[in-house]
Amino acid sequence: MEQILKAKAINKKFGDVYACNNLSIELYTGEVVGIVGESGSGKSTLLNCLSGSLVPDGGNITYLDRDNNWLDLLSLPEPRKRNLLRTEWAFVHQNPRDGLRMAVSAGGNIGERLMAIGYRNYSQIRAEATEWIEKVEIDAIRLDDKPSIFSGGMQQRLQIAKNLITKPRLIFMDEPTGGLDVSVQARLLDLIRSLVRELGLSVIIVTHDLAVARFMANRLIVMKNGKIVETGLTDQVLDDPQHSYTQLLVSSILKV
Amino acid sequence: MLEVKNVAKSFNLKNLDKGKFSVIRDACFNVNSGECVALIGNSGCGKSTLMRMIYGNYVCAEGEIYIDKENILDLKAIEMSILRKQKMGYVSQFLRVLPRVSTIDLVMEPLLDQFESRARAKDIAETLLSRLNLSSQLWHLSPLTFSGGEQQRVNIAIGFSKDYKLLLLDEPTASLDRENKKIVMDMISEKKEKGSAILGIFHDKEVRDKVCEREIDVSNFSAS
Repeated sequence: MEQILKAKAINKKFGDVYACNNLSIELYTGEVVGIVGESGSGKSTLLNCLSGSLVPDGGNITYLDRDNNWLDLLSLPEPRKRNLLRTEWAFVHQNPRDGLRMAVSAGGNIGERLMAIGYRNYSQIRAEATEWIEKVEIDAIRLDDKPSIFSGGMQQRLQIAKNLITKPRLIFMDEPTGGLDVSVQARLLDLIRSLVRELGLSVIIVTHDLAVARFMANRLIVMKNGKIVETGLTDQVLDDPQHSYTQLLVSSILKV
Repeated sequence: MLEVKNVAKSFNLKNLDKGKFSVIRDACFNVNSGECVALIGNSGCGKSTLMRMIYGNYVCAEGEIYIDKENILDLKAIEMSILRKQKMGYVSQFLRVLPRVSTIDLVMEPLLDQFESRARAKDIAETLLSRLNLSSQLWHLSPLTFSGGEQQRVNIAIGFSKDYKLLLLDEPTASLDRENKKIVMDMISEKKEKGSAILGIFHDKEVRDKVCEREIDVSNFSAS
């Protein structure tokens, strides 16, 4: 089993408050790691540092690219970083509006990412966009509609199609089912799971929902006040939590 | 295949006063390939706890647990998750699955995880579900709305879809009728013949007498 991303001693402060306090994590190929914790625990800040959208105050992040070179992400030139984000990485935002262009058609949103990696043939772009929009269970006749007239669940599925069409290797997800109603949430989680398996993706998913974490993640990282308080196999952390904070978190879940 | 050495377990509920209690101490036993061993003892004596430690679901703080000569307490979480996928099946008492995923897809999942082709995975899953008398009308529905006995059979189908080296069964026949119980006993015997080591909790003495070579009384390891 091969590592794909390694982060060591990540620090990030906002004012006097540590959002990330000396955090180290590693991710293996084909693995889904969940980061859970209450709001303000620093989980999104960690995700943003790992994905290059925030620069940490200290630490070291390396990534194994498609050609098997370890890249030092913090010293990587900006164009190369942008290229990575377009090709090998994907970022699924909690709010689909942050990941979509609302004034461009659904097909345009997806096709754009293909064009960014060099696709030029219009009919090929359209064919692949159609394939992906159907894969995320949106009717292909909606390809020319703008996402602004889609429902929230459809927008989120479109964002996922847009992100996965270029077959990235590493995906960052920030509360991907956060604003969705539960019926849509289950379908979407199942979709993400089968794509992870089919494409051998590595995923870091931030969520405050422990049920989402249980079904999605192989491993779990529990954060509180900018620190990792517990980590382990997902079902072990949830069924036999060791840290008092995790115990509190798990015992507070409402069951229907 | 499985060796448990001096294993102890206590739970420590840190947000409660007097939240610390010991359940098991000094548990030692083994299970060989091709045999089925039953864990017995009163309700609450720690049978399921012991089984969950072997599966890595509960933290084992003391002792050693060898699966295929590897001490799982030395493994990182990622290594344990690989070991599970490759070598260890677990049929729990409860069905815990993602809503709205069909029964057939759930049974196919462990096979697809090991890179079986879709066609072959589907074939194996359908054979298993038919054998367990789950009507094909149900295959494309989520099992969450099924009866207790049907859910249990779905769980069994998921656990038996591959030839694991070690199979952990927590009351697999508890809510089954005679006919289905007999089928599950046959399936256990077949896995033994194929060389699986099986550790099970069966309240039903008839099942134990028919499929188990030995019994281990977990109350002997009781910490209280």
